[in-house]
Amino acid sequence: MEKYIFYILAFSMIAFAIAAVNSRKMMRSVIYLLFVLVGIAGIFFLIDYNFLAAIQLTVYGGGVIVLMIFSVLLVHHIELELSLAKTSKRIVAAIVSAIGIGVFLQIIYTYDFPVVENYKTTSTADIGEKLLSYGDGGFVLPFEVISMLLLAAMIGAIVIAKGKKT
Amino acid sequence: MIAGISIYEILTLTTLLFFIGVYGFITRKNLISILISVELIMNASVVNFVIINKYLYPDALQGVLFSIFIIAVAAAETALAIAIIISLYRQIGSVEVDETETMKY
Repeated sequence: MEKYIFYILAFSMIAFAIAAVNSRKMMRSVIYLLFVLVGIAGIFFLIDYNFLAAIQLTVYGGGVIVLMIFSVLLVHHIELELSLAKTSKRIVAAIVSAIGIGVFLQIIYTYDFPVVENYKTTSTADIGEKLLSYGDGGFVLPFEVISMLLLAAMIGAIVIAKGKKT
Repeated sequence: MIAGISIYEILTLTTLLFFIGVYGFITRKNLISILISVELIMNASVVNFVIINKYLYPDALQGVLFSIFIIAVAAAETALAIAIIISLYRQIGSVEVDETETMKY
């Protein structure tokens, strides 16, 4: 059962990703990206990382997509059709991507991953304790640094977007 | 782990997503479209971290924590990029790559 759900998610994600980079309408492209992000949240649910799936849905599905929709609506007319790149450039980009996919897949399929069979469930409490522990392998320093980074990014975004006062 | 799905299939999926993002990054000419492609690339790498954590080291949590940090940095980056795009639109009235040259020299 989970197998079929994974295949459905995977094929729809690839189809929507291709649509997102090829669509000529800006707004539709953003909505296709939203579908890809929700599909990734579905994969997190499938492998039992519920907390990560919730973060993915709130931060990406909620915050980032809304920011993008706002910027699209502020900057473009909603029916604007984007100009496509030259055909030769698109073919070159497609060939480069195909070569990259070939190299990556060749390396992945020749490497023998030492997979551990397990069906553990990670609870949110485990993640929280690890995130705030200051012992060996604790993550309290990056946690503090990331809070400073988010504050700095927030102030920076306000200052940049406000522009000069006249 | 997902019953009946090996790690190779999931890594294939993330590889495809990554290179679709690279293709979009090269071919698109609009700044917001480029941002969308960057989001695709970033999400593929997040899934890689989580999958390798789950399949190879199920007792560790490092992959999950790093992906949380990646998501936070990505959110900050998107907010700043949108701010820069709106400010640029105010100054030159366009967000196409070949018309933005205010800081080129």
